[in-house]
Amino acid sequence: MEKYLIFNALNYPIITVLLVVPLIGAVFTLFLKKKSLLRVWGLAVTFLTAALSLPLYFNFDLTTPKYQFVELGHWFPSLHLNYVVGVDGISVLLVMLTTFIMPLCILCSWTYIKERFKEFVIVILIIETTMIGVFVSLNTVLFYIFWEAMLVPMYLIIAVWGGPRKDYASVKFFLYTFIGSIFLLVSIIALYIKTGTFFIPELMDHTYAFGYQMWIFLGCTLAFAIKIPMFPFHTWLPAAHVEAPTAGSVILASILLKMGGYGFLRFCLPIAPAATFYCMPYLLAFSIISIVYGGYLALGQSDIKKLIAYSSVGHMGFVTLGIFLLNAQGIKGAILQMINHGITTGALFICIGIIYERTHSRELKDNSALGMMMPIYVTFLGIFSLSSLGFPGTNSFVGELLVLMGAFSENKLVGALAIPGAILAAAYMLRLLQKMVWADSDGHAHHHKPGHHVLSDLNGREIFTLFTLAVFVFWIGFHPTPLLDVMDSSVTHLLHQLEAGMHHVGGAIHH
Amino acid sequence: MQITLFLPEIVLTFMVLAFFFVSLGKPKSGFLQGLALVLSAAAILASVVTYGQEGSLFLDVYRVDAFSQIFKVLITFGLFLVIYLAPKLTGIEKNLHPEFYLFLALSSLGLVMLSSAVELLTILLCLEISSYAIYIIIPLRKNHEHREQMEAGIKYILFGAAATGVTLYGMSYIFGLAHTTYLDGLVKVLPSLIQSQPLAIIGMIMMLCGFFYKLALFPMHFWTPDVYEGASNETTSFVATLPKVGAVALLIRLVSLTGVDLGQFTWILATFAVLSMTLGNLSALVQNDIKRLLAYSSIAHAGYVMLGILCVNELGLSSAIYYIAGYMLMNLACFYVIYNIAPSGKNVSFVDLKGLYKNSPLLAFALAVGAFGMAGIPPTIGFTGKFLIFTGAINKGLYALVILAVINAGISAFYYLKMVRAAYSTSGTPMAKINLGFSTSLLGFGLILAIILLGIFPQSFIELSREAIVAIFLFFCAFFYGNNHSFGHCCMAEILKRPQITKESVKCREWIHLILRLWIDRE
Repeated sequence: MEKYLIFNALNYPIITVLLVVPLIGAVFTLFLKKKSLLRVWGLAVTFLTAALSLPLYFNFDLTTPKYQFVELGHWFPSLHLNYVVGVDGISVLLVMLTTFIMPLCILCSWTYIKERFKEFVIVILIIETTMIGVFVSLNTVLFYIFWEAMLVPMYLIIAVWGGPRKDYASVKFFLYTFIGSIFLLVSIIALYIKTGTFFIPELMDHTYAFGYQMWIFLGCTLAFAIKIPMFPFHTWLPAAHVEAPTAGSVILASILLKMGGYGFLRFCLPIAPAATFYCMPYLLAFSIISIVYGGYLALGQSDIKKLIAYSSVGHMGFVTLGIFLLNAQGIKGAILQMINHGITTGALFICIGIIYERTHSRELKDNSALGMMMPIYVTFLGIFSLSSLGFPGTNSFVGELLVLMGAFSENKLVGALAIPGAILAAAYMLRLLQKMVWADSDGHAHHHKPGHHVLSDLNGREIFTLFTLAVFVFWIGFHPTPLLDVMDSSVTHLLHQLEAGMHHVGGAIHH
Repeated sequence: MQITLFLPEIVLTFMVLAFFFVSLGKPKSGFLQGLALVLSAAAILASVVTYGQEGSLFLDVYRVDAFSQIFKVLITFGLFLVIYLAPKLTGIEKNLHPEFYLFLALSSLGLVMLSSAVELLTILLCLEISSYAIYIIIPLRKNHEHREQMEAGIKYILFGAAATGVTLYGMSYIFGLAHTTYLDGLVKVLPSLIQSQPLAIIGMIMMLCGFFYKLALFPMHFWTPDVYEGASNETTSFVATLPKVGAVALLIRLVSLTGVDLGQFTWILATFAVLSMTLGNLSALVQNDIKRLLAYSSIAHAGYVMLGILCVNELGLSSAIYYIAGYMLMNLACFYVIYNIAPSGKNVSFVDLKGLYKNSPLLAFALAVGAFGMAGIPPTIGFTGKFLIFTGAINKGLYALVILAVINAGISAFYYLKMVRAAYSTSGTPMAKINLGFSTSLLGFGLILAIILLGIFPQSFIELSREAIVAIFLFFCAFFYGNNHSFGHCCMAEILKRPQITKESVKCREWIHLILRLWIDRE
């Protein structure tokens, strides 16, 4: 086992602590009554978790692709099922993203959530545990348990605190993802029967026949493609985004979608390399369709939240494109793009939440010409919109550039096809920005719009929320090296695994 | 004969007698429930105490071993919960309360005996004891306008009689072919008969029909929705859970008679399992009455249990035990909610669930945990059960079946979600707040915790069920090596002596492999 792992050398079980702190926080929430106390408590617990996750980054060993901070415990010996958690260069960033986004989710719900605040805090804390759990599990069953358990709190966030069509959206979200992931369960069991282990690194080390790989690949891909979501499985996303409360949208966009991408990197590529190579053209095609189609749909939306939701489909298309290019630039770009999308789109959803609280509308025409009244707000909106379209100097630029470089080095056609997606992103984001900041489409500024004159600019809390994210936008934009360093050896290792698996099965097919 | 072997049955018989005498007077209702609780708790205690003992009684027609005792614990525990769940028996005629408890105890007695019976006629007798008691309690419901409880009672008795007839007919074939009614005798001839004689397969299937009826598995499921709907909430919570546990016990015993390799027999059972799931789930989608919905969902769950049973390997069978225990808990959680939101004892539909969250957060949460559990969402006992059953089935190579089963799980998520959605919807008409007393809340918390914790930590329960499965295999195997159980005795003693449960599991597996090898090599 030491072949794959470096056991946790800190003097406390850091990952278990990250999993348990929000849960304990959720239990204690039960005893609080006052709303003011609840918000502070929720914020304190999520901040504490974020602070506790910092050692993961600072003590991370950049030189090894092994899983680090590993903890191992007995759980269900009858099936050789252990509790085993750890992070590598791919997952550590996603864990950090999760712990850092969660306090902002509480902050952006400060006044947005009007009723049942206690339950809201409990659900947010539980979902934090499950999301961290997905990224740190090194055991397929543990992974699946967290993966599925996450559905329930997310369902409740949409169904209880959602908008007018919450019933429809929440059920659609639940069923879509549930049906996708039950095939993942079958794949997990089939792998266990074949190899006798649920331990992910060991599963990666086995070689499987091509036909078997294909089945495993299809089973897993369905689950991940729905989650990420890739065209044609994306239809649940706009519905869920539009109806979810701000915090729900932020969690959905920033973290939940990343689970799909993470799943591809953790399961499909290393466990079924030959099938991955075989299916690569199809998945690249679907990725490009996602980019272009998502962009086109975003261009036509009049609901701001829907616009951002469709832009997510496009951005995640870039992520899958990067992953399935199967070269270092592509995969690094994809991981970076996952982080970027988490920051930028999360921020955009917070922006939408802020304006919705003031105007009670998400229609573009009701929220136009805000520049005069809310200068600070539109400054932030501008920053995040530019980041979303991949403007140089912002975080997304680096990610998209890497993915496109990967695409061109793989195949000129693929790169050329992805470019219109980037242009579309500029078109729909600038349209949004132009209308919201300056004026209506007819060119008249509606300063006298009823109700608009009372719009107040951001308060300290909101500025803090957005400022934190803006810092990351520029930090990654100008200096992405630390993040790329973290993922470097893991990505190299992943590519080795892919090549080795390919050679093995390729040889078998030829003989 | 050792009297202690028969202790749980004696306690239950005493309970029946006690309630018979009580029914002659005019007791207070608080006293009745208290007495029932105490006596059923004593029955649990008796079953727990006798766990680990083994032996045969009454000319070897009655077998006490780890397998029978785990089911006795489950059944008596279920009885206790059913009694605890309904303190006031609001759905039952006031003057019939003692009789209600009497027949509950009698039916449980039948089921407890069923799990120990190892001879065909004894099995039939126990089955009938438990059935007749249920025939009587179904119509005990408080009078409603349409008197649907009468219809339910008649349906249950007619279908039950027909099922018993089919079972007896099947038994006659088996007896004719094998010339014995003892299971230990049958096991020597049945595996080869199943391979060579189509009649043996027909006989087996017909014989199993009686248990399919109890379990509400596909060809014998017709009674379920109407009986669930017609019977009172208290009665349904009993009918929906305990007889199924008993039926699983017997199905495991009978199916494992046929040997490790079921051959064509597998495909017949598999067809039943898949049809049961699909039919149950699809019909449940459109139900409005929650009890009817649970009825169809129980048909679907019977299919999952069957999937575990037809694997006939250690993992499949022990997960079937785990699954049915989990199903009992989750179903009781749902009935707990139903009973508490219908104080007049009426049936509950989706409209009544609307906004339940505001009236009672605990009930809404219990319903959510029960429903998500039955849908198979982790971390609940329902997920772990499905996971184990699928693992057993894939281990057996039944990929197609597992794929069909997971698609069914996807379908079922919709109607379970509908229940949760109703309970947590904000748009309900405001109703009176439901005040649960301390003991009722305690039951709610207990059920929720049990469903979640047993789902996360299945190890100890699975060890117990595994031991139980080992016990039946040993029992059957003993007969290839002399008729005096000596081999079985040795093995059992070996297993039970072991102090630590984790090491035991390894040993158990070794034993099973050894024994199965001996069994297969015997020809």
